[in-house]
Amino acid sequence: MSTRTAAPTSPVTISTRVDKVGRRPKVMRGIRAFAVIVITIIALLPVVWMIMTSLKSPSDVVAVPPKIIFKPSIESFIFLVTERVQFASPQEAAEYKARDDLKWYEEKVAQRGQKITRVGDFPKQLRNSFIIAGTSTIFSVLFGVLSAYAFSRFKIPGEGDLLFFILSTRMLPPVAVTIPIFLMYRELGLDNTYFGLILLYTTFNLSFSVWLLKGFIDEIPKEYEEAALVDGYTRLQAFRKVVLPQAVTGIAATTVFCFIFAWNEYAFAAMLTSDATRTAPPSIPSIQGVGRIEWETIAAASLVFLIPVVIVTFALRKHLLRGVTFGAIRKG
Amino acid sequence: MSSITLQSITKRFGEKTALNDLSLTIQDQEFFVLLGPTGAGKTTTLRVIAGLEKQDTGDVIFDDHSMAGAVPAERDVAFVFQQYSLYPNMSVFDNLAFPLRSPLRRLPKAEIEHRVKTAAEKLRITHLLERKTAKLSGGEMQRVSIGRAIVREPRVYLMDEPLSNLDAKLRESLRIELVHLQKTQGSTTVFVTHDQIEALTMAQRIAVLDEGHILQVGTPHEIYDTPATTFVATLVGTPRINLMQASRQDGRVFVKDSTIRLPPPTGVDLPSDFLLGVRPEDVRPHNNGEFSGKVVLTEPLGVETIVHIRSGEHNVTSLVPGITPIGVGDEVRFDVVRERLHFFQPDGKRISAAPAFSK
Repeated sequence: MSTRTAAPTSPVTISTRVDKVGRRPKVMRGIRAFAVIVITIIALLPVVWMIMTSLKSPSDVVAVPPKIIFKPSIESFIFLVTERVQFASPQEAAEYKARDDLKWYEEKVAQRGQKITRVGDFPKQLRNSFIIAGTSTIFSVLFGVLSAYAFSRFKIPGEGDLLFFILSTRMLPPVAVTIPIFLMYRELGLDNTYFGLILLYTTFNLSFSVWLLKGFIDEIPKEYEEAALVDGYTRLQAFRKVVLPQAVTGIAATTVFCFIFAWNEYAFAAMLTSDATRTAPPSIPSIQGVGRIEWETIAAASLVFLIPVVIVTFALRKHLLRGVTFGAIRKG
Repeated sequence: MSSITLQSITKRFGEKTALNDLSLTIQDQEFFVLLGPTGAGKTTTLRVIAGLEKQDTGDVIFDDHSMAGAVPAERDVAFVFQQYSLYPNMSVFDNLAFPLRSPLRRLPKAEIEHRVKTAAEKLRITHLLERKTAKLSGGEMQRVSIGRAIVREPRVYLMDEPLSNLDAKLRESLRIELVHLQKTQGSTTVFVTHDQIEALTMAQRIAVLDEGHILQVGTPHEIYDTPATTFVATLVGTPRINLMQASRQDGRVFVKDSTIRLPPPTGVDLPSDFLLGVRPEDVRPHNNGEFSGKVVLTEPLGVETIVHIRSGEHNVTSLVPGITPIGVGDEVRFDVVRERLHFFQPDGKRISAAPAFSK
């Protein structure tokens, strides 16, 4: 073919490459790093304070001025998992302490003038939280990914309206519907059941998960599935073998967000659960101390409550950070 | 391998008609090229054959079996996409093995391995088998993509502009390899392209499409030498065919606004106004040429030189072999090869004594 562009008359000496235009001055980088560190410290301060409180002994917790340096103690965690009573009389305390079959934690509690009567409620509440948040997250993501795929790939009559309708469930604060839901649940016998809360959290999360996942699946070129279809796979097999592995990033992000919502939810859990199915969030602020408010126990509960979210986020961080990468496709 | 028959296929996307009553027969073992500009409906035709798109009316027939209601997997076709669409989470080996591992086929492991190795050798990608597809170059990716098609023995190969994303050199060498593969395998291949050179060099037969219609079906020779319309004539051949407004007066042919006058061709019934087409290679500068003009531009390409001649109000392109001494500004005389003139009606249809080659 013919070439009609004029040949350059002199060599090109000026680079137009963006990455060669000169580096950002070092000072700017220093300032930015400093800003990031300051913001991080401010954000982490409450968490650090909570960890410190949970490791303080009862007297250090209420010390004025607050102690920055203190002798760490794990009493709070013993308090957290036990139910205790105060000794009725000094004699009883003396007799109890004199026993030689006391476990180390019983001795520690006894020094505070208390006796362990049974395992506390918190472990069970934490387990309830796991069951409810975990199951509802699985359902939210599973249904979310299926319907997001359908919305992304098939012509659905009234697709836009349906998507808007799904989103509209997010347009009012959930608390606004607490009373109708409470009444409905009572009629249906869903209050105080795992299923009731799982259903509720799945419903709330689904709109979010459909929208988020649809964005991710839209980004996966449909040629992949089409290639799989002509290669002899059914739509479902193509979905499983080709689409899912590429949607991992989106699924991971959605999982984290759904889990955090279900794990942290307070209002409905407080209203719709009691003893048997009570989750951790409404129980933490109502931790009853023995003879006083046990701040260190509340801090310990909050800390333990945080850990699963941190673990889930940390486990999926690679996918969260990586963003969407498209291996072998080239947009033509 | 199969023959393919398309029977009056119509496909609409909303308001837009992508394919309009399209009928076509592709012979068994034929290398068939669909040629046309962007939006002509080439890819849609391919997707309808594969079953990735469902036609609104009409029928797709493989051999004697209607494919109505057959999903892509059941049609047993291999599709090479323009964007190579290799599965990014798999190695090259897994990509090649993927069609063989389909639950439809249930091949033993050793057989899969054997077929993948054979295909890889044919395409010279054996050294890439363990690699992740994301780490391949464009040419390597397209080889893997072709490999994924040839590991099976499908009834039909469908290729959707597989070479258009490659650089010119690679395109040329893969073009030759593809033709060679097709010849040795004797496979029915439908190849979509907008590149007329690919079409002419690779095809046994070409169908020229525009706006969902087939304009002409024929061998490269037929398409080039007897284009059915001005559209086909300009689409095929570089440099482009010279098209000039002409009229017939007093038994002679006049090209408007130029010095070109010709005796009427024999055996052709010309209307009073028509279009005259001359391929550049049929415009021959000659010292005693019948017509004259002034050279406005020359493009030496080595093997040949394109000479742009201004004659009257027309620019006539001439293709002469080798490097020519003719320079810009020269007054030249030239002849046109009478037997190779093309006549078209004002609406673009070919006027021919012999009927245009049948569709």
